[in-house]
Amino acid sequence: MKKEDPDLLLFHAPLLRQDMTTPKAMRDVLYALLPATGASLWFFGLSAILVIGACIAGAVLAEWLFAGREARGRSLLDASGTLTGLLLGLTLPPGLPMWMAFLGGFVGISLGKVIWGGLGHNLFNPALLGRAFLLATFPIAMTTWVPAVATGGFFDVYPGNLALPFMQVQVDGVTAATPLGMLKFDQEVTPLANLAFGKVSGSLGETSGLLLLLGGVYLWLKRDLDWRIPVSILLTVMIFSAVLGLFDAARFPTPLFSVFSGGLLLGAIYMATDPVTSPVTPRGAWIFGIGVGVIVMLIRVFGGLPEGVMYAILLMNAATPLIDRYTQPRVFGRGVESE
Amino acid sequence: MFKGFRRLRRNFEHGVHPAHHKEQTEDLPIQRVPFVKDYVMPLGQHIGVPARPVVEAGERVRRGQLIATPGGFVSTALHSPVTGTIREIGDFRGVDGRFAPAIAIEADAFATQQVDMEAAPDWQSMSLNEFIEAVQMAGIVGMGGAAFPSHVKLSVPDGVRIRQLLINGAECEPFLTNDHRLMVERPGALLDGAEIMRRKLDAEEVIIGIEANKPDAIEIIGQHVRPDQPVRVVPLKVKYPQGAEKMMIKSVFGKEVPAGQLPRDVGVNVNNVGTIVAIADYFLRGMPLIERIVTVAGPGVTYPANLVVPLGTPVREVVRFCGGLRPGSREIIMGGPMMGRPIASLDVPVLKGCSGVLVFTEEQTSGRTEYPCIRCGRCLEACPYFLNPSRLARLSKARMFDEMKAHHVFDCVECGCCTFACPSNIPIVQLIRTAKDDLVHRKESEA
Repeated sequence: MKKEDPDLLLFHAPLLRQDMTTPKAMRDVLYALLPATGASLWFFGLSAILVIGACIAGAVLAEWLFAGREARGRSLLDASGTLTGLLLGLTLPPGLPMWMAFLGGFVGISLGKVIWGGLGHNLFNPALLGRAFLLATFPIAMTTWVPAVATGGFFDVYPGNLALPFMQVQVDGVTAATPLGMLKFDQEVTPLANLAFGKVSGSLGETSGLLLLLGGVYLWLKRDLDWRIPVSILLTVMIFSAVLGLFDAARFPTPLFSVFSGGLLLGAIYMATDPVTSPVTPRGAWIFGIGVGVIVMLIRVFGGLPEGVMYAILLMNAATPLIDRYTQPRVFGRGVESE
Repeated sequence: MFKGFRRLRRNFEHGVHPAHHKEQTEDLPIQRVPFVKDYVMPLGQHIGVPARPVVEAGERVRRGQLIATPGGFVSTALHSPVTGTIREIGDFRGVDGRFAPAIAIEADAFATQQVDMEAAPDWQSMSLNEFIEAVQMAGIVGMGGAAFPSHVKLSVPDGVRIRQLLINGAECEPFLTNDHRLMVERPGALLDGAEIMRRKLDAEEVIIGIEANKPDAIEIIGQHVRPDQPVRVVPLKVKYPQGAEKMMIKSVFGKEVPAGQLPRDVGVNVNNVGTIVAIADYFLRGMPLIERIVTVAGPGVTYPANLVVPLGTPVREVVRFCGGLRPGSREIIMGGPMMGRPIASLDVPVLKGCSGVLVFTEEQTSGRTEYPCIRCGRCLEACPYFLNPSRLARLSKARMFDEMKAHHVFDCVECGCCTFACPSNIPIVQLIRTAKDDLVHRKESEA
């Protein structure tokens, strides 16, 4: 008998899918960060490549090293390790020794993601966990800021970058304070235009507020991020500063200064929105965002540190499962009376 | 005020927007498939108890003759789709791959295949109960895909009053155009059937809900409504699953049917347009349910078409009429691409609930890599029932089925929105089905 029927498959419906996939979403975030990354090259030259590259190398190595035999390589394809490395790199000071950056990426992935069970299972944002580790381990190197525009050409590297592992870290000859540090310790306000365009000192990625916003708009258009989280964080911070301004306008930051200074935009748009570590429910996203905004302002204004975005997000990460539990939406047809 | 505003939008919340893919067949007039030699009529092609055969092998039957009576209340009659001879009553391979009892009929190649119609029953003098029984004996079921016996929907308990008759012409499944063509080509029959139903149920008005991507159907039906008929045609937003009855009630009336209750509990009776036309065909022409309209489409079909297919026709013959399968065809779905069922063999017959035969190729079926859930929440924003599909999938993977009950797994209607929306390609609705099956079967074996 001639066989003419094709061997039919039995995949269950729905056969149609929207064409967004998890690796695509991760890559979209990488694309969204390209302008800000480019700006860091512009401001800090080769040092930016060295620090960010070291972070990505550390993150990817950890991802590869700790993956099971079959999964090895496959887990790299979803680009989440690269993204963690890039995000971490953008939060670091440009003059940081490369080996520290590498270690940060490695720890971020291994302690921040792998031991929880890999992508999708971690409680804390891996990039921020890596940064918290670095800040606790190397407090001086992590808070030594260099001026925004490198004194020499593109290929001049901050001497700190090339320090050998575990050697005494040389503090750079020229240092500069961040806008938040200047405000907190010197009561000196940085002009807003400098904040928006990046003519300030600070970590690699946090200097140019407008480019970060641009990437955020791209992600929002691609529906890759929950707009509620950045919107609620930024609104909370602005309202908080506005209320403080009513008491003493000279002492406290203006709303726009609060938004554009420090790592707030980077954190609000790219880190707090990490889907794995933020609530899935819409109401939960609002609570999460408001929580981050309040903690950021509490730390900045009343705490001992000039910047608090990292701790704010990590703290709210810890609260995420609880928020999710109490903000489940009402199921259709439940809680309504029949006629 | 907000409530009024919401009603203007004619919409339910959440849901997804798959590409329609209806352009293949939406302008093709309905054609009739020629009669073939062999027919198989499964006794259980509706939800509920299988029908009981009343013919024997070797017996000669006319087209439209009763061949099986209802096996219980939630059951319905079967009629022969052709004039011919009963070849065998035995077990045949069904759509789900299992063997199930069915009546095989061999068509008489020389018969005229004229339906020897008895005089159409006089529905006007019937009482409601007689009407309901007539619907059952006509073999009429929900034609949208579920094949739930229509007379059961009509039998409302005392004290429940059906005020509105909602006719479902949404056809929100991609690819399918059978309801669309039916509305465009037989608006008179649709309105006649609606009138019969309205008069019998003593309902106040008839609402025909149609997705806005079928402007021709909306216009033609509007032209055919007589001024004295209380019929409204309501255009609905194009969104899946607009045709799910509870979602449509929400869209049209702005009210939610409470979980675990039926549309009748809010005073609404919902029927597919195909069901209403079947009612008209029986009560005005005396023709029981022996054929239905099927959309044959998808990238693997040579000549896509909308066809009138006698029930029991093997899918093989339907596909052959459409020029056969294109090379590279990999999967055949009976029904729509979102909720339909795959068939394993071309010998499976077309049943009462088969709205489409869709053939897919490599592109739709190539193995999709599954990634870990990143809790992006897209499934939550897709689920029209406001469930948490990501959590249900997680629990199902851990085989924690009992915990899923607390998360309202039985409120899920398996529309597949979550799975459509999932960027990690997690088979969420399949995992939910597994859990529901397990819970139901465990309950049955314990009872």
